[in-house]
Amino acid sequence: MSGIEMVPVWLTLKLATVTTILLLLVATPLAWWLAQTKSRSKPIFEAMVALPLVLPPTVLGFYLLVLLGPEGPIGSLIEAVGGPRLVFTFAGLVFASVLYSLPFVVQPLQNAFESIGRAPLEVAATLGASARDRFFSIVLPLARPGFITAATLGFAHTLGEFGVVLMIGGNIPGKTQVLSVAIYDHVEVMEYGQAHILSAGLLIASFTVLLLVYMLNRRSRAKRHGYLL
Amino acid sequence: MSRDIQFRLSLKRSMFELNVEQSIPGRGVTALFGPSGCGKTTLLRCLAGLEQSRGELSVGSEKWQSSSEGIFLPVDRRPIAYVFQEAGLFPHLSVKENLLYGWKRTAEDERRITPDQVYQWLGLLPLISRSVHGLSGGEKQRVAIGRALLSSPRLLLMDEPLSALDSASKVEILPFLERLHRELEIPVVYVTHAIEEVAQLADYILQMEEGRVIAEGPALAMLSRFDRRLIPGEEPGAVVEATVTNHDEIQYLTDLMLSKGVSLLAPHLDATVGSPVRIRIPAREVSISLTVPEGTSILNILPARIIDHSEGDPGRVLVQLELKGGETRLLSRISRYSWDRLGLANGMQVQAQIKSMGLAL
Repeated sequence: MSGIEMVPVWLTLKLATVTTILLLLVATPLAWWLAQTKSRSKPIFEAMVALPLVLPPTVLGFYLLVLLGPEGPIGSLIEAVGGPRLVFTFAGLVFASVLYSLPFVVQPLQNAFESIGRAPLEVAATLGASARDRFFSIVLPLARPGFITAATLGFAHTLGEFGVVLMIGGNIPGKTQVLSVAIYDHVEVMEYGQAHILSAGLLIASFTVLLLVYMLNRRSRAKRHGYLL
Repeated sequence: MSRDIQFRLSLKRSMFELNVEQSIPGRGVTALFGPSGCGKTTLLRCLAGLEQSRGELSVGSEKWQSSSEGIFLPVDRRPIAYVFQEAGLFPHLSVKENLLYGWKRTAEDERRITPDQVYQWLGLLPLISRSVHGLSGGEKQRVAIGRALLSSPRLLLMDEPLSALDSASKVEILPFLERLHRELEIPVVYVTHAIEEVAQLADYILQMEEGRVIAEGPALAMLSRFDRRLIPGEEPGAVVEATVTNHDEIQYLTDLMLSKGVSLLAPHLDATVGSPVRIRIPAREVSISLTVPEGTSILNILPARIIDHSEGDPGRVLVQLELKGGETRLLSRISRYSWDRLGLANGMQVQAQIKSMGLAL
């Protein structure tokens, strides 16, 4: 493999890592709110979070391009306050990837939070733990399998995205050209050998990550058969 | 008796409404008793702050809740501990970490109970090093009670702590609860629908029905009531407090002192000499004669005075008797025929005959 070939790989890993960290920060409070709220607007937010699951990535990418572009309402606002340009840049890729992979992180977290139920939190509250204290001493440790699943799905899903990335990031080698786009380029010019190497690498890496997660989760499920004893 | 815990609380639900205005003793065990769905657990949750009820609640000189003043102390700021039906141990923590969860969150100058005391009272030392996953139901509930006590509560709330246990575990835990009750100064509010637990543990009883308190009073008086019983259709009887004075191992009998100069022979009871016990004397085991009978198999013959009687069931009379000294009251059920034949009336001096074998803890 030539040196140039590795650039999209590193770029992809960097994108997936940054995106996953940001996703956990954004999705945790959102999933917690969705799991706790009795608000009537809950289904609206759940539907919005789930949209990337059903929309063609190009639709999401198209709207992001329109909104985030220098002439778009959000893009112009961000540039007016001195923020980074979001189209055809790495920052833009991260922003788009966070939105695109949001359901893959929010949903496992929300499920994990909901399955803990109210009882352990009530017990902790009667023992003098504040809301913040309850979250860190009870919710986080009990939801650990959910966090592992969420982080992995978010990471793996970001690894493989294509449509959104192409629309918002373009295809700038070393800047926005990620693995999936690089593979597409190779196929376009009939370089099947190169495409094979990258595709097989992505396939094996994704499978390994998922396998690890399912094995980890199985172990922790066996360890705690229930959220309260 | 000081009435340190005062509340006037209401809570509306779609199918249910709680409305109580009450004051309860600031020490001892107050039982909230009633059929399921009567609101006793809801009331307990309101006291804990787990339900957003409206009204006023004060404990001692502190106001925990006041709708008129806009005060609502959240659960974690109320100096309470709550023992739930299910032990609710945290599965990601060890037995010891569970026990110390509330203790760690109690300010040092507020800690009035030490871990060593609790471990000893509840026999927890053998469990400390075990995993929470291997504990039996009774052991889990003991850890939960210890965990609650270690937060040094000023009010201990217990929601049917024995109901989820099998009868062997119940028998295992009840003595611990009795001991806590004797040794701790903390007032306890205890929700139950099991009359046996009330008879063993309660000092004061609030009887609830459909979200309201329908009767209240000191436990012995409530348990021995002759007009209206705690459980409809329950066999009438009296619960009396006595001290164990002697065990006769040969005859397999236990001597009990009801009050000064009034003693009772009961079948052998599993209690140490000098310890207080509560026994239930069913009304059907108590008969009445005008003179001290001779040549009878009945061991207990005590002078008594008829205070009241009722003729609820056809052919039968339920008689309320007061033993010498006036501290103990019994119920006796005799036939209508006997009542008339002996010419009994309120205020008469009689002899109460109690069959020993009918007595139980």
